Amino acid sequence: MTAALRFDPIRLPEKCEQLRKEVRAFLAEEIAAGTFDPHAPNREDNDAPEFSRRVGAKGWLGMTWPKKYGGQERSFLERYVVTEEMRVANAPTRRFFVADRQSGPVLLKYAPEHIKMDILPRICRGEVCFAIGMSEPNSGSDLFAAKTRATKTDGGYLINGTKIWTSSAHIADYMIAIFRTSPPTKENRRHGLTQFLVKMKQPGIQVNPIGQITGQFEFNEVVFTDYFVPDDHVLGEVDGAWKQATSELAYERSGPERFLETYYVLTELVRAVGKNPDTRSAEGIGRLVAQVHTMRRMSVSVAGMLQAGKEPVVEASIVKDIGTVWEQQLPHRVRDLAAFVEETATNRETLEKQLDFAIKTAPKLTIQGGTTEVLRGIIARGLGLR
Amino acid sequence: MAESENIVAETAEKIFADLADAQTINHDKQGAWKAPLWQALTEAGLPLSWVPDDLGGSGASLAEGFSVLNVAGRHAIAVPLAETMLAGWLLTQGKIASPEGEMTVVPASPKDRITLNADGSLSGRARGVPFAKDAKHFAVLASGNGGVSIALVDAAKCRIESSTGLGGDHNDTVALDKVQPVTTKPAPKSFDQTTVMLVGGVVRSLQIAGALEAMLDISVRYSNERVAFEKKISKFQAVQHNLARLAGESAAALAAATSAADTIASATSLDTDAVFLEAAAAKIRCSEAAEKGSGIAHQVHGAIGFTIEHILHRYSLRALAWRDDFGSESYWAVELGKLVAERGADDLWPLVASR
Repeated sequence: MTAALRFDPIRLPEKCEQLRKEVRAFLAEEIAAGTFDPHAPNREDNDAPEFSRRVGAKGWLGMTWPKKYGGQERSFLERYVVTEEMRVANAPTRRFFVADRQSGPVLLKYAPEHIKMDILPRICRGEVCFAIGMSEPNSGSDLFAAKTRATKTDGGYLINGTKIWTSSAHIADYMIAIFRTSPPTKENRRHGLTQFLVKMKQPGIQVNPIGQITGQFEFNEVVFTDYFVPDDHVLGEVDGAWKQATSELAYERSGPERFLETYYVLTELVRAVGKNPDTRSAEGIGRLVAQVHTMRRMSVSVAGMLQAGKEPVVEASIVKDIGTVWEQQLPHRVRDLAAFVEETATNRETLEKQLDFAIKTAPKLTIQGGTTEVLRGIIARGLGLR
Repeated sequence: MAESENIVAETAEKIFADLADAQTINHDKQGAWKAPLWQALTEAGLPLSWVPDDLGGSGASLAEGFSVLNVAGRHAIAVPLAETMLAGWLLTQGKIASPEGEMTVVPASPKDRITLNADGSLSGRARGVPFAKDAKHFAVLASGNGGVSIALVDAAKCRIESSTGLGGDHNDTVALDKVQPVTTKPAPKSFDQTTVMLVGGVVRSLQIAGALEAMLDISVRYSNERVAFEKKISKFQAVQHNLARLAGESAAALAAATSAADTIASATSLDTDAVFLEAAAAKIRCSEAAEKGSGIAHQVHGAIGFTIEHILHRYSLRALAWRDDFGSESYWAVELGKLVAERGADDLWPLVASR
C-alpha cells in the first residue's frame, strides 16, 4: 500500500467520563448564572475574563503541562473532553483558547525558563490572552513570504511592519509572531524567519479592528513601528522558524473545534423537528449524525495516537480537511431540512437566527488555520504525490 | 486493529495475495481461480471464523473476523467469505452447528420477512441475497407466533431467481414455499432482524473501507505512472486535490467501520443505542464514501479505468454494490434519524460523545 492511513478505534478512558460530568456541571452552573447563552453563538462579547479565570481555577487550562508551570500533567484525551464540551455548549472560550491550545505548548518548547515560569502559570489561571501573528497583507497561506522585519539592535530587535487577520489581538496580552530576521536564501526560501514572543498593549504596536461579514470584530490589523523585543523573547532558532512547530500542528488540526463550530444548528434542528419526523427530515438528520459521529471518531483516534507518541500528520490534516468542509456545509444542509419544519415549532425563531449566523460564519471555516488547498497539498505530499 | 488480531488477518492476506491476484482474476473469464481460493480459505478455517469449535468452526474472535473482512475488502474478492462468516455467526446465535461449504444469510434486506409456519416450515421471499446461487446452505432468520427463530436451510429446497448485482456477483431472490429447514432454534433474547442487519451492515462497511483503501492505492500508483502534457499527472494540483479527497473518504470509511466493528466486538448486548449508532453510522458513512471515492478513482484513471480489462471496476463496482446489502444508507439514515428524534435534541450530544 502506498498510503497506510491509520484510524485506530480509540476510546476515551473511564476517567474522562468523570471529568466530562464535572465540565457539564460547571457549564450548567455558568449558564444558570447568566454567564453565556448556549443558544446564542453570535453574542457580541465572546470575551469573558471572569469565566476564563473560573475555568483556570478548575484546572482545565494547560492541563497537560508540567505541574511546576501550573499544569496538571493530565492526558491529551482529558483535554479533548474539556475542549469538546466547551465547544458544544458554545462557551465563551476566546480569551484562553489560543493560549491553551497553541501558544503555551510553543513556550514550553522554546521559551527560556524565567519566561516559562512567568507566563505559563498565568495561562493556567486563565489570566492571559494570546494572539498568533502569522498572516501579513501579502503573506497568507504562503507563510514564507512574510516581510515584517526584526532588525538586530542592542539587547534585542526592532520590529517594523504589519500583521493582519490576527484574531483577538485587540484583547490579547501577548502574541507569538514570526518576523523576518534575514532574507531567504537561494537554496531555501523558508530560511530567515524567526519566532518571537511579543508583549501587546505597549507603545509601538497599533491594533486596528477589522469588521467581519458576521458583524463581529474578532480579527485585526496589527502595525509595528520600531517596536522593541528583548533578546530573551526569541523563541527557538534565529532564522529557523520553519523547522519548528510541525508536530504540534497535528494537535491544532485534528481537535474537536475542527468540526463542531456550527454544530449547534443540528441540535436546534432536532428540537424543531420534534419526536415524529417525516421521512425526509429523519433521513437528513440520520446522515448528519452519522457524519458527525464519524468525524469525532476520526478526531479522537488522532488524539489517541498522538497521546501514544505516534505522529499521524497526514491523518490530522485529513481530519481538518473533511471536518471543516463538513461544518461549513452543515448550516446549508440544516437549512434544507428546516424548510419543512412546522410553523408551530417553538424554537423556530432561535433556529432561524442560528442559521443566519452559521451561514455567515461558514466561509471562514475552510480558510482559518490553514486553507483547504494547503491541507490537500500536505495530504498529497503524504500520499507520495509531490 | 490490535496486534493479536493480525495473525488471522495476515493469513487471509497471504491467501488472497497468492490465489486472488486482481489482474489474474480479471483475465480469467472462466472463474478457474475460485475453487482453489475457496479451498485455501476453508483449510485456514476462515469461512467459519465466527463459529466455535464445538459447532464446527475455528472459533476466532469477532475482532479477528472483522479484520479478515477489511482485508477481504481490500482484495474485493468474489467468493462468499463474508456471507459464510455472517451465516456461521447467525447459526451460532441459535446454537446450530455450521455445515461445510458456502453459505449466505436470508433475508439480506430489512424489508423482507421470512415466516415460520405452525408446521415448522418456512415461507417468504428475500430479494438481493448475495451469493445465494453459490451457497449450499442458508442461515435464515424467521418470525412466527413463538417469536424470532434461527434456521439452517438446504439451499436446494428453495427456489432461486438468479440475478447479478452491480459488482457482477450473484445477488439473487430466494423464495421459500413451505420449506422444511434442517434445524430450527429460537433466537436469543432481544435478538431480531435489526440485529442481523446491523451486524451485516458493519461487515459491508469494513469491505467498503477495504475497497476504498485499494482504490486509493491503485489511483496513487497510476497517477505516478501516467504522463500527460509531458509530466506525471500526479504533479497536477487538480489531480493531487482529488486524490487528497479520496484519501479523506477512505479515512472516514475506515474510521467509521473499524469503530463500529470494535463496538460490536466488545459489546455485551447488541440491543443498545451505542451499537445502533455505530453500526448505522458506519453503513451510512461508508456508503457515502463509496460513491464519492469510487467516482474520484475513476476520474483519476480516465478512460482506461472504464475498461473491463482494467482492475479498477473490481473495487469500485463492488463498493457501490455493497451499499445495498443489509439496508442501504438511506434506510439506515431514516432509522437513525428517527432514533435521534425520539431521544430528543438534548440527548444528541451525549449520545455522540458516549462513543
